[in-house]
Amino acid sequence: MKKLMMSAAAFAMALGVAAASADAEAKTKACWVYVGSIGDFGWTYEHNQGRLAVEKELGDKVETVYVENVAEADSERAIERLARDGCNIIFTTSFGFMEPTLKVAAKFPDVKFEHATGYKTAENVTTYNAKFHEGRYVIGQIAAKMSKTGTAGYIVSFPIPEVIAGINAFMLGAQSVNPDFKVKIVWANTWYDPGKEADAAKVLFSQGADIIVQHTDSTAPLQVAEEQGKQGFGQASDMIKFAPKAQLTAIVDHWAPYYVRRVNDVINGTWKSQSSWDGMAEGTVQIAPFTNMPDDVAKMAGETAEAIKTGKLHPFTGPITKQDGTVVGEAGKPLPDGDILGMNWYVKGVDDKLPQ
Amino acid sequence: MRLVLEKRAEQSVRMAILSPFIALALTVIAGGIIFALRGLNPFEALYVYFIEPLTQDWAREQLIVKAAPLILIGSGLAVCYTANVWNIGAEGQFVIGALLAGMIPVYFPAWQSPDVMVVMLALGIIGGMAWGAIPAFLKIRFSANEILTSLMLVYVAQYLFDWLVRGPWRDPQGFNFPKTVNFAGWQLLPKWGEIHMGALFALIASIVLAVVMWRMLKGFELRVLGSAPRAGRFAGFSSERATLFCFLLSGGLAGLAGASDVMGVSGQLQTPYAPNYGFVAIIVAFLGRLNPIGVIFAGLLLALSYIGGESAQVSLGISDKIAKVFQGILLFFILACDTLILYRIRIESGRAAQTRAAG
Repeated sequence: MKKLMMSAAAFAMALGVAAASADAEAKTKACWVYVGSIGDFGWTYEHNQGRLAVEKELGDKVETVYVENVAEADSERAIERLARDGCNIIFTTSFGFMEPTLKVAAKFPDVKFEHATGYKTAENVTTYNAKFHEGRYVIGQIAAKMSKTGTAGYIVSFPIPEVIAGINAFMLGAQSVNPDFKVKIVWANTWYDPGKEADAAKVLFSQGADIIVQHTDSTAPLQVAEEQGKQGFGQASDMIKFAPKAQLTAIVDHWAPYYVRRVNDVINGTWKSQSSWDGMAEGTVQIAPFTNMPDDVAKMAGETAEAIKTGKLHPFTGPITKQDGTVVGEAGKPLPDGDILGMNWYVKGVDDKLPQ
Repeated sequence: MRLVLEKRAEQSVRMAILSPFIALALTVIAGGIIFALRGLNPFEALYVYFIEPLTQDWAREQLIVKAAPLILIGSGLAVCYTANVWNIGAEGQFVIGALLAGMIPVYFPAWQSPDVMVVMLALGIIGGMAWGAIPAFLKIRFSANEILTSLMLVYVAQYLFDWLVRGPWRDPQGFNFPKTVNFAGWQLLPKWGEIHMGALFALIASIVLAVVMWRMLKGFELRVLGSAPRAGRFAGFSSERATLFCFLLSGGLAGLAGASDVMGVSGQLQTPYAPNYGFVAIIVAFLGRLNPIGVIFAGLLLALSYIGGESAQVSLGISDKIAKVFQGILLFFILACDTLILYRIRIESGRAAQTRAAG
């Protein structure tokens, strides 16, 4: 209250207008609902870095608030609380928040909602996601080069299209280097459970994998790789501090530019509902520095990343052979976005059956 | 020298009434100190935590929504624990209740009449009872420890739920996302504002159980079996029958809570589904001193600590860890005060202890 009065007074003095205009000067309130803890050093951590970037970039114009560790089945209340608390824009950063976000959005037409990784939009609900599979293609190539056993272990969360597209892109990248490359898959059925993830990593290593890839959020699998002298890739965030000898690189989610842009749109009154899907070209998906690998591998990976960034290379370029032997995609053309966003099949060579 | 807890010969009625308030006062003081250490104004923080949720209609409604399943499950558990039957697996019975209720919209999405609501609720109750009957049967037939079996069945229930929602029950239009179709129309519970009908069930259940426990023979039987099993047997009460009764009762109520939760709050099945009501209800049952009416207040208090914890996160920007620490402190003081009503602490010198051991 004090702050508001002071800024109002300053405003009135500077421009000589009535203090009533203070409303127009009121800060835009941007709010986040996180599924995990901001200290997970993975998914939620990076969203929170994005929030901090908004604070830093937009300074006095915004105020930010977040709620962490919100259970998906119990999230409607947390979202509604933020809407009632005067948030102008609310980012809900887990797939499971989709229905609750839509429900609350229907009650608060003036508040803007942004739901990460979902597929339902509304007048005041936008979805946003990132082309993580672009990064997966790059690490697939690295894995194929670095693996001595020709087998990677892959820890996955839920069989949703985003995750399946990640496995496929990784596999296509690996096969572009070594056509016989194998990947073994363990479903952890969680986004974040260090104990379970560590166990999965141990199982995969004992089955002959020597590179670990994860689509879960904790640093545990990489830490297991570090202990066992194996290698792996960071997920969502640069995890080099947790595995200085084991991390080859990491796919880093860099939400800051998107968040800053969208909050700015709210401030300027230009916010519109959309479905956003940015990738390496926009800088939302980034690759951490290449470490613990020979120079020629790093060079190859760097060139691949650059080709994806400039649009010369698309991970899903046809023809692609599915696990069941059928072929999709026209030669030399990328699959349509819709096929990737709804992907529910494996490419050839994945040693797993999709849960049906 | 050592500390000994010694049972008090007589319990002070005045202290029994005062103790929750003493505990609350101690919590407020300890909480204030923690908030002050975090550089927050302790008075403001405590206000946000305890009072603010009670000042807004919306938050009051949310409080009741959150408390309803805790009270519903907690009152059943209170009866169980009074009779010395240890159902620790209410969470599993809750999940199965939600699962069976959700089966109807999955297989008969077009079934839209008042019947469907009744059928879904009934299936929830039956599911919870059936899941509760398993540990009861194992206990009666094989003398298997019900604490272990009921707890282990929680995980079985969660995996069953997970498998169904991820596989056969998945929404065909849902891009493989692990959730079922949305319930609609009569498949949802009627609501007053945010409060769904589950709150009414909770109120009825605890009042009925209070009457049963204190005014009816069944209640007397359960209390006798709980406090003096041998005497109960002489009176012709069967502890097997009591075990089965308690598990069916608490299981059925937990199942009803599960059905009400998916029909009143989320409106679909979605995995992972672990709202933890079944475990928190154990605390609620004890906090309510195993008295179904006490459970109502205990449920509201715990719900308040959740809602308050959330508003503290938003308004004060503290992490949810602090909110949880605060909840822990509250429970610690309440249970400590209760213990000190029943027991007194005596300090024994080494010699006295030795004599005692020898004697």
